[in-house]
Formats: sequence, structure tokens, C-alpha cells
Amino acid sequence: MIRIRNIHKSYTTGQNSLHVLKGIDLNVEQGDMISVMGASGSGKSTLLNILGILDTYDQGEYLLNGLKINKLSEKKAAQLRNKMLGFVFQSFNLISFKNAMENVAMPLYYQNVKRKKRNLIAMEYLDRMGIRDWAHHLPSELSGGQKQRVAIARAMITNPKVILADEPTGALDSVTSLEVMDQLQEINKEGITMIIVTHEHDIAARTRKTIRITDGMITDIVNN
Amino acid sequence: MFELDKWQEIYSTVKKNKLRTFLTGFSVAWGIFMLIILLGSGNGLENGVRENFRGGAINGVWISSGLTNMTYKGMKVGRQIRFTNEDYKALKQTVPGYDRISARLFMGNILTSYKNNYGTFFLSPCHPDYGIIKELTVIQGRFLNNIDIVDFRKVAVIGEKVKDALFKAPDTVAMGKYVNINGVLFQVVGVFRDFSRNDHEQQRIYIPISTAQRVFSGNTVINQISFTTGNATQLEADAMVRIARTTLSTKHMVDPADSRAIEIWNKSEDVRRFNALFAGIRLFIWIIGIGTIIAGVVGVSNIMMISVNERTKEIGIRKALGATPASIVFLIVQESIVITAFAGYIGLVLGIGLLELVSKNLPPSEFFRNPEASLAIATGATILLIIAGTIAGLIPGSKAARIKPIEALKDE
Repeated sequence: MIRIRNIHKSYTTGQNSLHVLKGIDLNVEQGDMISVMGASGSGKSTLLNILGILDTYDQGEYLLNGLKINKLSEKKAAQLRNKMLGFVFQSFNLISFKNAMENVAMPLYYQNVKRKKRNLIAMEYLDRMGIRDWAHHLPSELSGGQKQRVAIARAMITNPKVILADEPTGALDSVTSLEVMDQLQEINKEGITMIIVTHEHDIAARTRKTIRITDGMITDIVNN
Repeated sequence: MFELDKWQEIYSTVKKNKLRTFLTGFSVAWGIFMLIILLGSGNGLENGVRENFRGGAINGVWISSGLTNMTYKGMKVGRQIRFTNEDYKALKQTVPGYDRISARLFMGNILTSYKNNYGTFFLSPCHPDYGIIKELTVIQGRFLNNIDIVDFRKVAVIGEKVKDALFKAPDTVAMGKYVNINGVLFQVVGVFRDFSRNDHEQQRIYIPISTAQRVFSGNTVINQISFTTGNATQLEADAMVRIARTTLSTKHMVDPADSRAIEIWNKSEDVRRFNALFAGIRLFIWIIGIGTIIAGVVGVSNIMMISVNERTKEIGIRKALGATPASIVFLIVQESIVITAFAGYIGLVLGIGLLELVSKNLPPSEFFRNPEASLAIATGATILLIIAGTIAGLIPGSKAARIKPIEALKDE
């Protein structure tokens, strides 16, 4: 599903060049669930951004579902993100003036799905996440766990190949964290590939494989 | 393209920033309001002045005589110049390409009666062409004709007001009746209406100039000669005027530069000057109006810029979820157009409303009447608003499109 070869990435700020990724190789098969761990500044977020086509890389090769991802136009990148990828963020990133249902339906809006139809689909996904009753609430009226469930429903609504989760439990208490992880595992069982960036060991332990990144290189791959 | 979603999107952002949107909208509304008021007032001014030009062909040339003001060939100033039929004939022969020509006598206000109804009306003997030169509208019968002139007929064409004064109920039919003008009976052959602003121009009686000279004055003196220049260009018309002056000043031994002795009013020149003046005023108004609107547009653009900054995160999320740069630009531009157009429309309606109010309640004067904003102005203003809204949205919109999701989504 994901195949990256010798990926390099540097950030240039003024005269200093920061070599963030120093040759990453990684294969993620369809239906896999892996976690990425590493200290802050290790390059794990950068890797996730490249995988999410939110950022570009300088060198190497990235194949997503057999498609070469390189120097895409912004429009093409946006369309690929929309169809192939789902994102879950630590801080949920819901749109504050839209209710839960509208937030979930948002990716379908960019596929030009009619309003009625996409709201109907959004309700199904909210139902699956167990928060149907909160569909018409604004994010500010939801608890952290509920917000993250909305975000997960939003990531799933386009039926993506891969869900990329950046510290999905980072803002949640331990009980809620486990509930959210249960749900992510459920989704993974349906065959959606999942990549989770985390720094919590018990979260990483619930994935099949943990990749450790240190100073821009993969230093360890552990099967859990 | 303009589905419900986009409207809701705009509605929700506007609702979030009521005061800000109101203040921005206000500046646009004010701009359009001012533009409409200015243009309307400009039109009012123009209508007022143009009214003074009514009643008389716009290509008319009017010639009258007076006292000489310059010495010429040994003759002193203050000589009274009088035109006669000879001058009329001379102009007919020398002025090239004139369309209509008529001489006129000024007989002053003359006691006129029909049965027991009396009135004094301005008696103005003339040639048949005068009806066209003065742009009279004959509402009954006919105007004077050549046979009237040749046969010295005692016929009269009377103004509508004259008819109303002399032919009172139950005897209201004027046509064919004989009116007594200064002791001589004239048969009414026509009734005219004059759209001139002046009321007294309705209270005139026109009779054949030949008849008047024979019956009343007993000589060949005339007071005024007027002609129209037809389809002549400005240069040709100017040439006609010059030739007319040369002809008359030679005949009367007057310095050709003496504009008091032979007074020539070329109406088309005035119309031309007037048109140029109002074209200038209109341009000036548009410049001021557009300047005011630009101020409003800059305001909208500024607000949209702030809005984009505040919505960086939201836009980042949208892009991560699959929004293309074009859709982001469109989102911002559409919001800008909606604010601009909506506020502008309010300004438009208020402006036109005020003009209507003034138009209805202000008595028309010599300088100002019927201030109005035409449909063309309203349409123009609407198009202007949409263009302005687009421009106001484009810069913030393209800024929004350049937002990088990874930066927008960084956790603080």
C-alpha cells in the first residue's frame, strides 16, 4: 500500500539547512496497522506529512497504492488526499462553526456529493462511532473523546485506503484513549491501513508493528 | 455553483463577525449611495438646464438687429439697424445648405377677442418654416403655409392657452372661427402647443408675415430672422453663420465684428458647450464615486484579509480534507462578492429612494429638476459592485489558497 525508498527531506531556514529525514525506507501493506514512535524533532511528523501528501520530499521515491507521488500540483494533491487518505489529529481540527454532522460530511463536499446525501452518510458514520445523538452539536459542546470520534468519522467517510493519525490520543485521558484506540482497531479490521504517530508505549503496543525513528532514520522495527 | 452550502458557509462566517461585516458593508453601501446621489443630482442639474433649451430646434440660428457698437466707414456708433424682407431674401440666397428659414415681426401684446371674450396675446407674424424652427406641435388644424403668405390671407394659428381663454364653454370650437386681432378679423386655422418652459410662449398668435406687413405695419421691416442648419456638421454650421453675418453686415454697412448691431445666436454652439460641460461633470462624478467605492472595496479587502488570517486553521483543515486552491479562492471571493453586493444594493436602494423623494417634493427650478438615476446607472453600479467584490476578494483569496496545511495545522 505504501512503499517509500530512501526518502530525504531538509528544511532550509536562512543559511542553516536542517536534514530532517536521512533516507527512510518503509513498506506498509494493505490492512496493516503500524505505529511510529520517536522523540520530538526526530522527524516522525515530517514523515507523516510526506505520507499524507501535505509536504514534499527532496529525494527518494514514494508509491501510494502503486501511484508515484512526486511533484504533484496542489490540485492533484488535494484530490488524492481527499480520495485516498484520512487524517486524525491530536487537536481534532474540527471546524468550530459547523456541527458534528457537517464536519464529518466535509470531505464529501469536496467530492461534490449533494448535501442531503452526504449528511445522510455522515449520520451513518456518526452512528458507527456511537455519537449519533451529538450530530447537531458544535465541537465546543463535545467532550474530547467525542470530538476525536467525530474526527475519526470524518477521516473514514470517504472510505480511504490509509488513515494517518498524528497523536490521536494525545489530548485524551487514559480511559478515553483506550476507547478511541478500540475504535481505530475496529476500523483497521475492515482493511483500512492505519499509521499512528504516538509517543505513548501502551498505544504503540496495540498496533501490529512499531517503527522507531531517531534523528531522521529508522532505528528499530518491533512486531508487537 | 451557488448551492445552499456556500450560502450557509457565508452566513455562518458573517454571523460570527456581525459588527465587522456591518462596518465593512456600511462603507460599500455609503460609496454606492454617494455615487447614486451624485449621479442623480448631476442628472437633475442637466435636466434643469436642458429644459431651458426646449422649444426650438437645437440646430437653430437666431438673428436679430440692434444698435451699432463700433464705428465703421466713417459712421458713428449707436445707429439702429433694421432688417427688412430684403435681408430675409438675401440670406435665402447666400446661406448655403440651410434647412428652414423664417422672418418674424414682433408686434407685442395685442388685444384680441372672440365674441365677449378678450385677452392680450403676443402677436408674432412669421413664415411657415417658423413652426418647425420653433418646434411647435400643431394639435388642431394646420400651421401657416405658403399660400397664406402669397395670398396675404387673414388666418391665425393660436396657442392652446389662447384658445382656452377666447373659446370658453359652451363655444369651445376654435377652428374656422374668426377672432378679432386689433380690429381685424382672422380665421383660426390651427391650434399649437409649445413645449417651451415659458408659459407666455403658449400665449402667442402666429399669422402670415406678409399679411401683417400689409394690414398692420405698412412697411417691410422685420425683427428677427431664424434658420436651421439641417444635417450640417459643426464646421458647415459655423460657415453658415459666418456667411449670414457677412451678408447682413455688408448690406447694412456694419463692422463684421459688431455683434451688437447684428446679433446671432447659434443654439447648436450652446448645446455643444452644454454637452461638453455635462460630460465633464459626469466624468468628475464617476471619478469621485468610484473613488468612494474603492475606499469601500479596500475596506472589504482588508476585512477579508483579517478573516483569512483568523481562518488559517480552518482553511488548512479544508485543504487537508481535499479542498483545491481554486475552491478556497472561490470561497473567499464569493463571500466578498456577497458582502459587497448586498451592502451595495442597500446603498443603491437608499440612494434611489432619496432621489425619488427629492424629485417628488422639490419643485423643479431653472437649474434643477427631476434628479434621477436611470436603469443604466443602476445596472452599471451593480456590475461595478460585483467587479469590486471580486477584486476585493482576490488578494485575500489567493493568500488563503497559499496557506500550507502543515503550518496551519501545527499544534500550538
